[in-house]
Amino acid sequence: MGEELKLHGTSESPFSLRVVWALKLKGIPYDFVEEDLFNKSALLLQYNPVHKKIPVLVHAGKPICESMIIIEYIEETWPHTPLLPTHVYDRTIARFWVKFAEDKGPAVWRTFRTTGEELAKAIKESLEMLEIVEEHSLGDKKYFIGEKIGMVDIAFGSILYWLCVNEEVLGVKLFEPHKFPRLHKWFQNFQEVPVIKHNLPNRDNLIVFFKRRRESLEASVA
Amino acid sequence: MITHPLLEATENQAKNQGKVKWKEKTKSSDMGCGLVDTLKRVELALRVKSIPYEYIEEDLSNKSPLLLHYNPVHKKIPVLVHNGKPLAESMIILEYIEESWKNAPRLLPEDPYQRAQTRFWASFVQQLFEAVLKLVTSKEEEHEKTIEEAYEKLEVLEKGMREFFGDGGRRIDGQNLGVLNIMVSAVLATHKANEEVFRVKIVDPERFPLMFSWVEQLNEVPLVKEVVPPHDKVVALLHFVRENGLNPSSS
Repeated sequence: MGEELKLHGTSESPFSLRVVWALKLKGIPYDFVEEDLFNKSALLLQYNPVHKKIPVLVHAGKPICESMIIIEYIEETWPHTPLLPTHVYDRTIARFWVKFAEDKGPAVWRTFRTTGEELAKAIKESLEMLEIVEEHSLGDKKYFIGEKIGMVDIAFGSILYWLCVNEEVLGVKLFEPHKFPRLHKWFQNFQEVPVIKHNLPNRDNLIVFFKRRRESLEASVA
Repeated sequence: MITHPLLEATENQAKNQGKVKWKEKTKSSDMGCGLVDTLKRVELALRVKSIPYEYIEEDLSNKSPLLLHYNPVHKKIPVLVHNGKPLAESMIILEYIEESWKNAPRLLPEDPYQRAQTRFWASFVQQLFEAVLKLVTSKEEEHEKTIEEAYEKLEVLEKGMREFFGDGGRRIDGQNLGVLNIMVSAVLATHKANEEVFRVKIVDPERFPLMFSWVEQLNEVPLVKEVVPPHDKVVALLHFVRENGLNPSSS
């Protein structure tokens, strides 16, 4: 489009990462503005007064918020390399699963922030989400919408990557291959897509970061 | 093209033994439980687009196997079935209707940026819906806390909608309602009934003048009047639901 495109986000945010994946899969050039979440820029607060959160995509000075809404915008503005199926019914099914990821995904984020009973509950809900996806969504397809990677893969990809990090932090196996064979295969395929492979945060760094966070979380609760 | 919204029972409450059926006989068809706002959203959208549909009501205590087949993931209403293919989740159904029936009026703006803004606010109205739902399904002791959550959302909407609509204000075109009008109608059209039954001000005209006047205007739109049941009926239904410990909502 030739107009200025900026993405405000952080390197450790799964939501930011989704937008990065979408932009890179479509080969759309943009500037990344790294925000400090403890010291949010005035610009960010102006762009997202409602939630004050990243990611925010700013296109020709106009801000768009919420990772999956941003990706729908990207899809509509740059339709090449589509991330949604062409057939209307299939698109709607894809949107259903994106919404499912948005509704149930937070259980996974809660496993990072909770301890004791709340943690057990968050783990249970995360596993329920995986069970439903395993059973009702993938089928025999390579990716969620068929042979090509799309929006649904992006939505779940970030959730699963962080979940696997947390398995190391918590020392608990959650995403077991024998329980989730389809999801496992899908996740392997997903991580091998070149754009994804080259745009994943360093796992070990994340593990160290979250282990430290968990230690202080548990110390504060003890 | 004939479309059949299959209306399903909300998730069974363990204690609920009895059947709840709410039918209003109208000239053309049976109108069902208007309490369920997400259902109203779909109905409004179909009517705005003049899409003929058949409405089927289900027994609240008896899930039809057909529905479980159509919506195995959530087992919730609403489910829209088009040419035998099922679709769940009201906002998603609205997007589907928009894409499948390209006739005017449009439910979403043409411009991608405006669409993104509309989707953002629609998702926010959904959050308001969840806060109001919490209020009507929580115990009296929790009302004070849950109403605060609803007020928080209303405050953001009050401010956000003022900016979104700009100085021109909002002129509602009764034939051309759009997603935001539909969502707000569905969630807030019956706020006075909720306020009467739960004895709490939700859309306070002093605190939220824009939202209040918006809802008043929407309630005058003929299409909205067709879909939203009259005040007394909603009050009676809310009392019934409350006394029987039922959860009146769905996705």
